[in-house]
Amino acid sequence: MALLEVNNLVTEFHTEAGVAKALDNVSFTLERGKVLGIVGESGSGKSVTAFSLMNLVEKPGRIAGGEILFNGENLRNASVKRWSQLRGDRIAMVFQDPMMSLNPVMRIGAQLGETIAIHRKVSRAEINEQVCAALKRVGIPAPVERMRAYPHELSGGMRQRVAIANAIVNSPDLIIADEPTTALDVTIQAQILYEMKNLARASGTALIWITHDISVVKDLADELCVMYAGRIIERGPVAEIIRNPLHPYTRGLIDSLPQAENHGKRLYSIPGATPPLLSLPPGCTFAPRCSRATGECHKIPPVFKLEGREYRCFHPLA
Amino acid sequence: MRLLLRRYFKSRVGTIAAVFLLLLVAIAVAAPFIAPQDPYDLTKVSIMEAERAPGSASSDQKMTYLLGTDGAGRDMLSAILYGLRISLGIGVASALVALAIGTSIGLISAYFGGKVDAILMRIVDVQLSVPAILVALVLLAVLGQGVDKTLMALVLVQWAIFARNVRGSALVERNKEYIEAAVGQGLPARRIMFRHVLPNCLAPLIVTTTNQMANAITLEATMSFLGIGLPQTKPSLGLLISNGFDYMLSNQYWISVFPGIALVLLVVVVSLVGDQLRIVLNPKLDA
Repeated sequence: MALLEVNNLVTEFHTEAGVAKALDNVSFTLERGKVLGIVGESGSGKSVTAFSLMNLVEKPGRIAGGEILFNGENLRNASVKRWSQLRGDRIAMVFQDPMMSLNPVMRIGAQLGETIAIHRKVSRAEINEQVCAALKRVGIPAPVERMRAYPHELSGGMRQRVAIANAIVNSPDLIIADEPTTALDVTIQAQILYEMKNLARASGTALIWITHDISVVKDLADELCVMYAGRIIERGPVAEIIRNPLHPYTRGLIDSLPQAENHGKRLYSIPGATPPLLSLPPGCTFAPRCSRATGECHKIPPVFKLEGREYRCFHPLA
Repeated sequence: MRLLLRRYFKSRVGTIAAVFLLLLVAIAVAAPFIAPQDPYDLTKVSIMEAERAPGSASSDQKMTYLLGTDGAGRDMLSAILYGLRISLGIGVASALVALAIGTSIGLISAYFGGKVDAILMRIVDVQLSVPAILVALVLLAVLGQGVDKTLMALVLVQWAIFARNVRGSALVERNKEYIEAAVGQGLPARRIMFRHVLPNCLAPLIVTTTNQMANAITLEATMSFLGIGLPQTKPSLGLLISNGFDYMLSNQYWISVFPGIALVLLVVVVSLVGDQLRIVLNPKLDA
């Protein structure tokens, strides 16, 4: 049984201007200990996916359909109590902005300790020991001293490590990381990616890594979901997708990466812009920007399957 | 913390106010030990000593009435010291109780939002749209006099101000990512409200609390002056002023004026400390 199975998840936002379908029939599975990358532009539904999985979608948004099977348990029916048991213990999340995701008036040690204390009955000394171990695992030097520090005393990279330590402190089954390296320097980003990969491998934790930068997940993820305007338009093993994308949008994303052999040439960019969620084109949402679009693309493309890969396109590239 | 204190004492007015406030609190607490006379002890108070002018000696020559005596022969200085104690005590106690109630309601309102927020805030609106003194008057007229009833009236007119204030700052904190992260840690709502949201709203709350203390002291004095607040057995500063009012026209100014000065001093000092705290705790005003 897969650790996480998401079937036809729909999340809507009811605004005064109408209903915005932020997630439209999103489905994927994630095995224990694997890393799933989710890439897409701003507004494609990556973060909403993360928030939906954590049941953190707030009004005016709501999960309107589908199921989230976590260890076989459908979380769509989970109570508030069940959610607070799961969150921070079995499923943890790392947020985008490390400057904002730590409580400014609590010491690091107290914040991490709270995550343990709320889920397990252990002594103060044991909590401190576990917090210290978690900080050490994410590569924070002098963890004992750092536990007494307030967030503002640490750099951005350090804070994101603390946030990651907070996520791993209870050894969850699943960590959802919502663009955790976007706000960091490239060098720190590489370090954190490397450490996250080791952590996931060492502890058998499954990881969902959300990013707008396909090159970030290239070496990290096992599987990749490409999202566009609320739909997963392509899904499959990461290496195959990058070598041989099926959806024209994925092709565009890969082509717009700067590469050494294209030095000095103008960088490719996909013509047009992401459509607003309130006025999506009918059928394939990418069709207006797509050079391969035909009349057929006015229908919503179903999920096509090909050798363990999935895509939503009537005119795939292969 | 140390930095805040240093910034606080940069201002001369703030420093003087803080020193005076500490002094007044010390006097109020120590009143039974430093007052020349126990104004409640009827065996010590003699009607024969009534209406002595400030500075005159008692008939047995044992003590001097520095601030005179009132119509019942009480030493005014002693009465003021004890009155200060009562006024300050009632003001602080009511502000703190209102703080506890108002903060909880404000936090709940901000945290849960939606209908809960709408209902609670409309109650606050109603409460704030009626003048405080009127609410207190009506309530005390219905309930009657007494320390507990005065406290209740003061809390009732004050909690809404705290609730509105806390809700405002809590709403700002509520939408920050670290609260979402706290929910993501699996913390229960109550813990998030009190351990994560509240500590981040403390700065404006401290300022409101000091200002409300000054407010409560004046309001209590007003009610006591009107004769509906505290009973005669618990003479606060307001009641002392009221008692002396009858003697004003017969030139015995001291019975009203000295408690009045004490009241003004107390309220001004508390307000000044509150103002200075606001400057210190608001980083935006730091120029």
